[in-house]
Amino acid sequence: MHDKILLSHGEGGKRTRDLIAKVIARYFDNPVLSPLFDSGLLGRIEGEIAFTTDGYVVTPPFFPGGDIGRLAVCGTVNDLAVCGAKAAAISCGLILEEGLPTDTLERALASMRDAAKEVGVTVACGDTKVVERGKGDGIFITTAGVGVSTDGWRPAPSEIRPGDRIVLTGTMGDHQVAVLIARKNLSIEAPVLSDVAPLSGLLLPLLPRFAGKVRFMRDPTRGGVGVTLNEMASAANARFVLDEARLPVRESVRGVCEILGFDPLYLANEGKAVLIAAGNAAEAIVAALREHPYGREAAIIGEVTEGAAGVWMRTLSGGVRAVDYPVGDQLPRIC
Amino acid sequence: MKYIDDFRDPAAARALVERIRRDAGDSPVRLMEVCGTHTVAIARGGIRPLLSGAVTMLSGPGCPVCVTPDGYIDAAIALGAERGALLATFGDMLRVPGKSSSLEKEKGAGLEVRVVYSPLDAVTLAASAPDREVVFLGVGFETTAPAIGGAIRSAAAGGVRNFSVLSSVRTIPEAMGVLAADPEVRIEGFLCPAHVSVVIGTDAYKPIARRYGIPCVVAGFEPLDILMGISMLVRQKKEGAARVENEYSRVATSAGNRKAQELIRDVFVPCDTGWRGIGIIPGSGLRIADAYAAFDAEKKFGVSVVFSMEGTACRCGDVLKGKIPPPACPLFGKGCVPEEPHGPCMVSSEGSCAAYYKYGAA
Repeated sequence: MHDKILLSHGEGGKRTRDLIAKVIARYFDNPVLSPLFDSGLLGRIEGEIAFTTDGYVVTPPFFPGGDIGRLAVCGTVNDLAVCGAKAAAISCGLILEEGLPTDTLERALASMRDAAKEVGVTVACGDTKVVERGKGDGIFITTAGVGVSTDGWRPAPSEIRPGDRIVLTGTMGDHQVAVLIARKNLSIEAPVLSDVAPLSGLLLPLLPRFAGKVRFMRDPTRGGVGVTLNEMASAANARFVLDEARLPVRESVRGVCEILGFDPLYLANEGKAVLIAAGNAAEAIVAALREHPYGREAAIIGEVTEGAAGVWMRTLSGGVRAVDYPVGDQLPRIC
Repeated sequence: MKYIDDFRDPAAARALVERIRRDAGDSPVRLMEVCGTHTVAIARGGIRPLLSGAVTMLSGPGCPVCVTPDGYIDAAIALGAERGALLATFGDMLRVPGKSSSLEKEKGAGLEVRVVYSPLDAVTLAASAPDREVVFLGVGFETTAPAIGGAIRSAAAGGVRNFSVLSSVRTIPEAMGVLAADPEVRIEGFLCPAHVSVVIGTDAYKPIARRYGIPCVVAGFEPLDILMGISMLVRQKKEGAARVENEYSRVATSAGNRKAQELIRDVFVPCDTGWRGIGIIPGSGLRIADAYAAFDAEKKFGVSVVFSMEGTACRCGDVLKGKIPPPACPLFGKGCVPEEPHGPCMVSSEGSCAAYYKYGAA
């Protein structure tokens, strides 16, 4: 194999075959993928099917606590998990830039393999394209995922009602701050690791155990908890009131946010979920979440109340303020 | 880092609010938070409604984006479009409207604009593209001036000749003086900016306190910092005093950061400059000193920033002067929202209109 990706690796000839057979397939060796048919034949799947897709374009592709490969698997698995579905199979679409070191590709693939193994999901099909130098950003990954939904649970914002509690499975903003620091143009060093993690093992066991008590779930990725809660409140036509004192933020993340003028509420997470839980079950749900490694810092962060739809915050200084959608990305303050 | 938590204690906040209400007396005390970061922190902390009836907080001109005149944006666009310069800017400047366009719109149409996180990044950019002229949009107050000056000195030392700065750097005390003298604004106390004060020192406000009889308190950005600062101002008003006090003594000193001040004095020279919505304030600008003229984009490319006070329905000027609260502007929340701002106070994340709009009222 060449030590760098060449345009000819994407042209469909012998080099493409070599790349797939000698590099990619080596990491995803399984009975569905390995025959390298045009489709992965999944066989019979019993139950209600969930289906999702996503694209991963993170820069840099490797950052403290994770990388684009783990992100691609976890992002898709989590989109299924918050809909109550266990991932059965995912696809792997690679868009590689001419000149990408083959080692870099292999590191990302190894990471995808490890994450898929952790979840027990098959990488069932794939595609590889190579774009000219300057027309990509090293490596992009697209995935689609098929999952089977948990019996008897359908995510429904219409189930949300006053008295319910808002639960967050852990600290906010770790992923985005880790990536920002990894970009090295902020001249900040802080011990922050991305939270990128698959959540199916954390969330899915809750659903039969707390039947009817977990009303709705979302994973607060881009736009963070603030945007996710606005979308949930709007879908449910409900009023959410957060308690600023209870919002979990790692000290190192908070320190970076202080310096840059960022609000952790709007920073992306890749291993967290927001749950709306029935008031009388919220404490037990938090206790159950805390038993799992990915839910150790789960907390009740607010409640659903009577009143006009929207998201509000009881602040530390005793005031109340609106929590709205941000406009565009957060940018470091000038002074 | 428990340090931050100490400044976010809800019980201490409640006690301070009670003390402020007790000291304020019958009519609300009119205080101005000069700095945009304070404006945002006050809005985020829900502090304004908390003090309603006791204290009226006016938002001041201390948001660098908000006070940048539209002629500056026009000059920057012309440098890119007509002189082929690669523009390097802080992200906040992208959506600020010029007379007819913004950097964001022009970027979409092909103008080369790069968002950088520090002025030094722009020097690095210039060094890596020696065949391009890189112009950094040097906007800010005494806080960013040392970094911009440092970038110019670094370019000079490194022989990076294709780098220059379009300076729109301003100094805060001069603007405070203009507002203190304005009988329409009627300021009874200044909550002075934290970061600026770290550079210039708290003594810099003494002439304002003395000349206009207005108390000045330098305060940090945590909720308790702000409440404590407000409490100190209200207490001074009650006593009939007009002193400079320092709530932020854990960082700011009376003399400030001498090294940063020397750097500013080396690279910049005070000049008269126009503040969007306010007008020309004598001695409130920092132009690049003649010794560094090679790095002054205005001189290098023969452009100038035209300042005008053309009237529109946008009342950012009155907002910046504390004459009206943002919702009193006829455009607020109607034609003017963060997605489609008319004036800079709605554009900048530190603008008072954006803070009012975003954090609303309960």
